Amino acid sequence: MARPIRFLLDGVVRESPADTDPTLTVLNLLRYHLRRTGTKEGCAEGDCGACTVVLGELEGERVRFRAVNACILFAPMLDGRALFTVESLGREGALHPVQQAMVDLHASQCGFCTPGFVMSLYAHQREGAPSDPQSLKDALAGNLCRCTGYGPILAAGQAMGAAPEADIAAALKAIQPAEGLAIEHKGRRFVAPRSADELAATLEANPDATVLAGGTDIGLWVTKQRRVLRTIVSLNDCADLKAVEDLGPAIRIGAAVRYADAHAALAALHPDFGELLRRLGGQQVRNLGTVCGNIANGSPIGDMPPALIAADATLVLRRGAARRELPLEAYFLAYGRQDRAPGEFVEAVIVPKPAAGRIFRIAKLSKRFDQDISAVCLGLSVGVEAGRVTDARIAFGGMAATPKRAVACEAALAGRPWTPATVETAVGTLADDFAPITDMRASAGYRLEAAGNLIRRAVLESQGAAARLLDAEAVAHG
Amino acid sequence: MADSGAARGRPVLHAPIGHDSAPRHVSGEALYIDDIPEPPGLLHLHAGLSQRAHARVTKLDLSAVRAAPGVVAVLTPADVPGGNDISPFAGDEPLFATDEVQFLGQPLFCVAAETLPKARAAAALAVVEYEDLPRLLTADAALAAGAFIEPSQTMVLGDARAAIAAAPHTVRGHLQVGGQEHFYLEGQVALAIPGEGADLHVWTSTQHPTETQHILARVLGCADAAVTVEVRRMGGGFGGKETQSVQWAAMAALAARVARRPAKIRLDRDDDMTATGKRHDFEIDWTLGFDGDGKLHGAQFEFASRCGFSADLSHAINDRAMFHADNAYALQTAEIVSHRTRTHTVSNTAFRGFGGPQGMMAVERAMDAAALALGKDPLDVRLANLYGVAGDATPYGQTVEDAVIREIVEALAADCDYRARRKAVAAWNAGEGHLKRGLALTPVKFGISFTTTHLNQAAALVHVYTDGSIHLNHGGTEMGQGLNVKVAQVVADAFQVPLASVRITSTRTDKAPNTSATAASSGSDLNGMAALHACEQIKQRLAEWARADHGHEPRFTPDGVQVGAELFPFRDFVNRAYLARVSLSAAGFYKTPDIHYDRTTHKGRPFYYFAYGAACSEVAIDTLTGENRVTRVDILHDVGRSLNPAIDLGQIEGGFIQGMGWLTTEELVFDDTGRLRTHAPSTYKIPTAGDRPAVFNMALWKGENREPTIHRSKAVGEPPLMLAISVFSALTDAVASVGGHKAMPNLDAPATPERILAAVNDVRRRAHG
Repeated sequence: MARPIRFLLDGVVRESPADTDPTLTVLNLLRYHLRRTGTKEGCAEGDCGACTVVLGELEGERVRFRAVNACILFAPMLDGRALFTVESLGREGALHPVQQAMVDLHASQCGFCTPGFVMSLYAHQREGAPSDPQSLKDALAGNLCRCTGYGPILAAGQAMGAAPEADIAAALKAIQPAEGLAIEHKGRRFVAPRSADELAATLEANPDATVLAGGTDIGLWVTKQRRVLRTIVSLNDCADLKAVEDLGPAIRIGAAVRYADAHAALAALHPDFGELLRRLGGQQVRNLGTVCGNIANGSPIGDMPPALIAADATLVLRRGAARRELPLEAYFLAYGRQDRAPGEFVEAVIVPKPAAGRIFRIAKLSKRFDQDISAVCLGLSVGVEAGRVTDARIAFGGMAATPKRAVACEAALAGRPWTPATVETAVGTLADDFAPITDMRASAGYRLEAAGNLIRRAVLESQGAAARLLDAEAVAHG
Repeated sequence: MADSGAARGRPVLHAPIGHDSAPRHVSGEALYIDDIPEPPGLLHLHAGLSQRAHARVTKLDLSAVRAAPGVVAVLTPADVPGGNDISPFAGDEPLFATDEVQFLGQPLFCVAAETLPKARAAAALAVVEYEDLPRLLTADAALAAGAFIEPSQTMVLGDARAAIAAAPHTVRGHLQVGGQEHFYLEGQVALAIPGEGADLHVWTSTQHPTETQHILARVLGCADAAVTVEVRRMGGGFGGKETQSVQWAAMAALAARVARRPAKIRLDRDDDMTATGKRHDFEIDWTLGFDGDGKLHGAQFEFASRCGFSADLSHAINDRAMFHADNAYALQTAEIVSHRTRTHTVSNTAFRGFGGPQGMMAVERAMDAAALALGKDPLDVRLANLYGVAGDATPYGQTVEDAVIREIVEALAADCDYRARRKAVAAWNAGEGHLKRGLALTPVKFGISFTTTHLNQAAALVHVYTDGSIHLNHGGTEMGQGLNVKVAQVVADAFQVPLASVRITSTRTDKAPNTSATAASSGSDLNGMAALHACEQIKQRLAEWARADHGHEPRFTPDGVQVGAELFPFRDFVNRAYLARVSLSAAGFYKTPDIHYDRTTHKGRPFYYFAYGAACSEVAIDTLTGENRVTRVDILHDVGRSLNPAIDLGQIEGGFIQGMGWLTTEELVFDDTGRLRTHAPSTYKIPTAGDRPAVFNMALWKGENREPTIHRSKAVGEPPLMLAISVFSALTDAVASVGGHKAMPNLDAPATPERILAAVNDVRRRAHG
């Protein structure tokens, strides 16, 4: 019954036994079991990219190449996939064009982050992604380099040539399992069903299981908090949870849809969604983490909830065959507590398309623009008719123990003119809605003031009066 | 294409040759210590760290740790055969704390187990009870309590108080400058393998193999000669592995000694950031007196830095802050006071610039304030006071003899179109929008030499083999800065052989003894000269032999060795010399000439020369949120006659971006208990690729070192970091614009969105209130 984890490494089928430790990270699998030490540990929390490897995944007939952080990727998540590491590319004397470009342009100094950059660029190239500076910066935002200042690496990204690559689609098809993975190691289990129905049944039978999507949060429970997870149920192999469906007035994002795969559909709803996702995590996090996982884990500082609450999203929860829907904001009960019963899971989120004429705005404040956690994140949707606010949905992350609507502020806006003066009054009520905390990301005072200013800025921007800072480079040099 | 240097006839000196390890970096074949195949029987170590900032340890029960599965040894002070001290000189840093802990994160014990997970799990079983003692967490708190690592120091030039009192204009202010985490990508790591008797071989990621060797011998109570320390490369250092690597190497060495088995320690990122020192944060009071043209009459600076619980290198670091309080300006008169506070926080340490950046921040803030007070362009005030324009006397008694800073500043201002852009920025800021722009052009003058004079020495070892290949070894360590390729270029040039003939080898204390840290930007200056000295000795022996045997002076050329009418391939030539019993191996040595310093009076000539540079940065800020972008940077930097322009440009860009991070996004937050809350990249934000300014122009100043340094080059490691002060000045300029440049912003570093918003609000209030 029990079968091993089966994956491709350098195009060759590899197996890891059915009693593999379920939370063995791919990084440790590589470094300590397979003696492939080119992949480095820089932080063990998915924030530095030194451990970047590339996953090849079958998507219909096509193979998708995704840069991911091996440090927080559990080995069973390799099942049915192809793994590429820096050793897969080339050796000294026979370098891959991506590696050669890095050499030619002086893109390594201490060299420790370098394999990670090579792999991010390799994935970028295999995906056929554009090589303009901004695309490269976005592709590399999850790779930290402390030596170069990035210029030579970006130059290498622009200059890199391609190599003839073996087509692994057939080899990947050959290792697609007929049934889900179930491994066990000293009483700890990892189960990966192949469909939503199977997942629902598995969770009903294992109501205390940890539901795993991309693992960009759960990975840290293991590597940082050193928690022992008894039963992990992964939804990564549920093909029917990977769809973004157009329902007409709304889109439906399945539980296993990664940020990277939701990006286009959400950006089509509103460009601010696109910008939010562009800045969410690094490419490696966007390639693993899911929109629904960002909701399901209940974090008060997740970036998706405030934006989706403003968009009036609905959450679909499922237990066994039973489904229920609730407004997204109702899911968040208190810090660390969500409206999710044992055995229940988030199956999808339904996001209405913004009505024409509504003012919609998402704004994220963080110390660093890219790959940082928000100090404050705003989602705002305001209906305006004849210059007056018909209704307002304003939600903040980072302002309370949960993502939360600014109820008093919304009420203060309703029926009033959408002008800086009205907004001034409404912003004054934010202190009734929120009592934010002071932490390492920002003080309570800054959070409250900046939250108000984000609404003020939304008014200015909706009136076409203001440029945005991220366009400032164009302002300065256009 | 990177120049391999192998092509015959192409000069290897002053050429943009790639990093020697680059092909191995990109292929993952470059071995860092954790990549070395693990020896059989390897023990994995994990240190137990204090959870209190200042406390008496009333109970330390390690019985459960010892009984945990896989545990082989638990190391405590009782296991230390020599001295329980790993400090560089002050004798104030225990390997393991004993009855009192002095910062949160201080090692108490170390577990040696069969696997790393087992060591970690076991360490968590320790029962530690504390009785809290009063804690001093900030420089201000320590100042108030009178807690210092040494008496406060004063450096004086003339009578600054009188000059300032008599000056037509005076400005003063206070500036906070935050610390900085090194964030080397490779964390602290060491591997120790016991030999026979007391012999021990230690691989460690350190900038200072010699000091590691000496301290390990002290801890183990054995002779220095029994301990060999080896470093092939570090995955980044930046000063963070000058002293901070020793504690972990000592634990590995001790475990290897106690258990007679190989032992490895590799710190998790969070432990690394919690338990190792950082750049000092400073509190600075400054006062400037000047005339209506902005010309200085005098300056006063009072620095207070947070040194942490021990001295470490804080004496010299704070001295260097004083040495750079003038930056590139003739202050005319100066009084520079420096308080070095002792706090219950991790011991702050060397970090690229070594106090210099903090010193310069004060005078650059003062320049901006003087310009604002006079309604002048800050560039004009800066130009009026540059060395070479306004004088040449430094506050420490050295005369600036090599000032090229005026030429650099003027050339950069012209190249980057500063004056026109100043107008464009002013026009933009006159508009109503909530985005404001800022512009600043700041100079850098950085003193080159260890200010502790005896450290300015280096050793190298060169062997020429009979096949013509050359083994190069020197005391400098490679941390990514390209030191090894530069020194190899020197050696290849000396013998006129292809670079590929020179074999770069790991730094080892048994090959190059009694060396100094690879620090103070001195790597290529010192080790390049020591290697050249070794080459010259071998060449001299070859010449003596050639004259005696062939009657001609040999001439080393790219085509071979010319002796009279005969041209020998290098390989044949040295093989013949070998057969004639000529020694083809030499140890080289170098000491920097003409430097001296008296620390009791703070007078002397501490620096052999100065490295110069200037940068112009343009920024935009959002006055509603404090968010900011650096939109354009132009740099003109002086590396003398560059040994390797590709390597040097890499240092300049990397240093600038690192400095930009220090002054913008990188914020160290300690809570009230003394716990560092920003202890991982999730919370501590170094620049990403996206932060690199879209327009980033760099050029090397075309000049050469007036001192006879190695091929007339200049040091490059640290100076470019301080070019990023232009970013901070530009942000200050943008903030000042909201008050029509009537109120000087009280912007502290790092200029996070929160600090910028606070400064904007404050300027608005003062300018309009």
